[in-house]
Amino acid sequence: MSTHQQTGGRIFTLPFMLLGIVAVIGLYYIVERFVLGMGAVANINGGFPWGIWVVYDVVIGTALACGGYALAFTVYVFNKGKYHPLVRPALLASLLGYALGGFGAIFDMGRWWQFYNILIPGNWNFNSVMLEVGLCVALYIIVLIIEFSPAFLEKIGAKGLLKVLDKVLFFFIALGVLLPTMHQSSLGSLLIAMGYKVDPLWQTMQFQPLLAVVSALIMGYSIVIFEASLSNVRFGGKSETPLLSVLGKVAMGLMIVFVAARIIILVSQGKIGLIFAGDFSSIMFVLEMALFILPALILMSPTSRQNGGLLLIAAVSMLFAGALYRFNAFLFTFDPGPGYAYFPSVSEIMVTLGIIAIEIMAYLVVVKTMPVLHRSEQA
Amino acid sequence: MKRRDFLKNSLRAGAGVLAGAVVAPDDAEARPNLEPKEGAVGMLYDSTLCVGCKACVAMCKEVNGMPPVTISEIDAWDEARDLSGDTLNVIKIYKDGAGKTKDAEVNGFAFEKRSCMHCVDPGCVSVCPVTALTQHPITGIVSYNADACIGCRNCMVGCPYNVPQFQYDKTFGQINKCQMCNQKGVERIDNGMMTGCAEACPTGATLFGTRDALLAEAKRRMELKPGETYNYPRGDVSKPDSYHEKTVPAYKQHIWGEKEAGGTNVMHISSISFDKLGMPPLEERSAASVAEGVQHSLYNYLALPAVALAGLSFVVKRNADKAKDQKGERS
Amino acid sequence: MAEKEFDTGGFDFSEVEKRLGVTRRTFLTFCAGVAGSLGLSTNSAMAMAKAIAQPKKRPPVIWLHGQECTGPSESLLRSEQPSLEHLILDMISLDYHQTLDAGAGHKVEEIKKKSMEENKGKYLLVVEGAIPVADGGIYCKIAGETMVDLTKEAAEHAAAIVAFGSCAAWGGVQSAAPNPTGAKGTQAVLPGKPVVNIPGCPPNPANFLGTVLYFVTFGKLPPLDEQNRPKWAYGRLIHENCYRRPHFDAGRFATEFGDEGHKKGYCLYKLGCKGPETYNNCPSLEFNNVGGGVWPIGVGHPCFGCSEQGVGFNKPLFSLADVKTHTPPNAFPEIDDRSDASGASTGAVALASAAAGAVAGATLVTARKLNSSDDGSNSDDQNG
Repeated sequence: MSTHQQTGGRIFTLPFMLLGIVAVIGLYYIVERFVLGMGAVANINGGFPWGIWVVYDVVIGTALACGGYALAFTVYVFNKGKYHPLVRPALLASLLGYALGGFGAIFDMGRWWQFYNILIPGNWNFNSVMLEVGLCVALYIIVLIIEFSPAFLEKIGAKGLLKVLDKVLFFFIALGVLLPTMHQSSLGSLLIAMGYKVDPLWQTMQFQPLLAVVSALIMGYSIVIFEASLSNVRFGGKSETPLLSVLGKVAMGLMIVFVAARIIILVSQGKIGLIFAGDFSSIMFVLEMALFILPALILMSPTSRQNGGLLLIAAVSMLFAGALYRFNAFLFTFDPGPGYAYFPSVSEIMVTLGIIAIEIMAYLVVVKTMPVLHRSEQA
Repeated sequence: MKRRDFLKNSLRAGAGVLAGAVVAPDDAEARPNLEPKEGAVGMLYDSTLCVGCKACVAMCKEVNGMPPVTISEIDAWDEARDLSGDTLNVIKIYKDGAGKTKDAEVNGFAFEKRSCMHCVDPGCVSVCPVTALTQHPITGIVSYNADACIGCRNCMVGCPYNVPQFQYDKTFGQINKCQMCNQKGVERIDNGMMTGCAEACPTGATLFGTRDALLAEAKRRMELKPGETYNYPRGDVSKPDSYHEKTVPAYKQHIWGEKEAGGTNVMHISSISFDKLGMPPLEERSAASVAEGVQHSLYNYLALPAVALAGLSFVVKRNADKAKDQKGERS
Repeated sequence: MAEKEFDTGGFDFSEVEKRLGVTRRTFLTFCAGVAGSLGLSTNSAMAMAKAIAQPKKRPPVIWLHGQECTGPSESLLRSEQPSLEHLILDMISLDYHQTLDAGAGHKVEEIKKKSMEENKGKYLLVVEGAIPVADGGIYCKIAGETMVDLTKEAAEHAAAIVAFGSCAAWGGVQSAAPNPTGAKGTQAVLPGKPVVNIPGCPPNPANFLGTVLYFVTFGKLPPLDEQNRPKWAYGRLIHENCYRRPHFDAGRFATEFGDEGHKKGYCLYKLGCKGPETYNNCPSLEFNNVGGGVWPIGVGHPCFGCSEQGVGFNKPLFSLADVKTHTPPNAFPEIDDRSDASGASTGAVALASAAAGAVAGATLVTARKLNSSDDGSNSDDQNG
């Protein structure tokens, strides 16, 4: 009945073992963080309380996990059923990305043993963007589990449950579109309250949520192309390039919207001249824009859009662009005042790399043991 | 918010959400800056009076039971360089060139106090998801409740002055910030006392009082002519312990905290421009009010998300059913 | 103790013991004390001891009094054993001193003139008291001559000039506003002449003695600061060596006389102590060698700033001092000093670059593979 299948194959391959080493090192430092406190592992300080654990693991990590969101949009809202084969692996990647983002939020949480406070309505501060992000992400992780559960239920053959789920799934799919729209935009809104600390080129105030959600969608489409391409090379099977190229076209449209919006906002806020200042911020802005425009140019040409290699390069460029947009705003050009500086420590980076390794390892295990990837007709 | 505005916003934002993008509400002005509380208490720091004795720093540590911060291995005395999880108040120095003359911008030096400014429209309170940071409805004192705090440190990034500080060096750390000596177990203000730093200050450089009285005192000083003598009060501005006579310096005509980002209850005056003293580039509009404006126009009563969810559910269900039908027809 | 420490080189002190009426041990200990407070070695103490014990030729001294209360002379005369006045008068030939001279009138003035003539360029001039210059200097006259003229005359051929006491150093109490007599310090009426200032009201006799001993021993003046005060005595603020300083640093102040803080010996800054802007060695020498903590701050009164021009007699008694210790470089954190701001370590930069590089590299490799497989699959699509 399913059009998906597990790929099977050996789990403990050499790359898997190498990733395992990185994961173990990362976990070691996470343990150290819990025993000795955050300062022992991370370089965060009074001016930069949010380091890469927040900015990469949560802000960028969840944006990279927007594949499920982007596809849910495409497949269910705009009724493009032919992308169905891509949905399940994208949902898996999203689930892993969000779950580990949630885990990242826990070990980055200074008073993690009181995390439940955010779940107690009496504590809620409705003015707080963070509250919206926290609750929304928590809820979305549950929604992702439900959305992905058919894969697991198929594996154990729970047909009754599947039937029930099928009846209500539409509601969770709708939630799966709504919730990321909410918290991905809110991740941008977090920047508003930081005011002057965010570089003027990135501090667009009330436009933050719009830019955040558009760039999250761009990253969502890119990560679908990225994963599908890598899976294709890794596990073989029918090339999905024709399908992916259309997604690339959508991403291109979004990028044009994004870049145009950035420029229009900067002009309207009278800050366009800062691009030519020649300082660090302006260089990072130009670099970021180049990473957005380069893939847009590649994807504009139908022939290069059909080229799997170029499509992948465009996708990765978009991922870097979206990540850099967030890194720039939250860290690179973030200026809390004279004297503050931040660069992650080796242990801090190892934790993040460890989390990425765990994510990839988990993805590999699941696609090998559960019906996730689309069954290739040739197989 | 008026019902009509609400509906208007709902429609506008709802359309945006459904289109996959969030409209930037141009009425983010919805929430103006908060106004100073009527009974707000605060402090006035006059940099020109400060002699750098650090008595306020020592007193602060004593009143709040904070350990000394040492750079060297010896725990001999407090050497705090900046605010931290263990330091709520610190005296810093501005120095230029030879640093000979006090309160001169060129070849001079000046002292500057770093502690919580107790904003009128506090960013930390606005961003805290779990209401661990609160502003007292009468005194305007911004306090912290460690029992509610989850340690997300959004208050640290949301504070224009980088005041709340997390104890990174502790296994079970918490945020610390000046609570005007009125937190549980200290409660100096409630007991009719003044803040520790204002009490310790020998020159009245840190003056305690209501915001109104302090602002009036600051304005009085702005109007003095350099070279005149003025009788500077010490302690509580409305009932000073004592006065001392001193020649009036050339004040910069700027009361920091009168208007910046909605104003602060702890105000500073100085004869050095405030950007040199490390004050942030703030506008009169508080970033918190803009953020809340955006947040509320999108999420007020969760109406927009509810409308969006209903719409999305309908569309998804219709599309899914259609897909099933097609499938059924085909097979 | 002293005998063991001093290498007297077999010098015979019996004569000086007899002359000064002190034991050799007391005498040497005294010299060592003086040398110590001057920051000199025990060899210098010996040199001083020998200079005193064996005066080659006692330098003649002309001692003038202007507008003053004779406080400096009084304090000098009230020194402890061995009596300073004894020592001084024994070391120097005090040819003229208006209050100590037994004689009076024209005879004494003649002796002064004669001594100045005989010892041209060799005598030491000590000025005590301020010099009024208003209305031609008529407000202070001795033997029909104004103090200004007398001072200028005596200074003309003096080997060295010492202004003893705040009045002589910078004008003292009578120079305070409105200063009707136009009182000035010695240096002010003797432009261009080197004047050593020993301010204080009254000045510490030890500061005078040390300076004179230095001069007698080495034939030159000790190092002086910008205001021509001997650095050894006036090089530090009272605040710097005050034993109440820890209370200042800890923010513990007496707020009124007799209050809890005052009883506990807290810092007197809030009561107007001028220690933070007054240069003198009172905390280490106390006053008049009386001992037992007897000096203003020691007995619970704020320093008055008597020796500091512009402070004593000028600032109100209980007004706050300008704290002069804290001019940079002192241990204050600068505005941009952040205790925990962290820079990039090489390892971290390498690791971050490697991670980004790995993604970029993997992308390129995969892209190449995809291209080759796509060529095939694209044709498949066409076939299909």
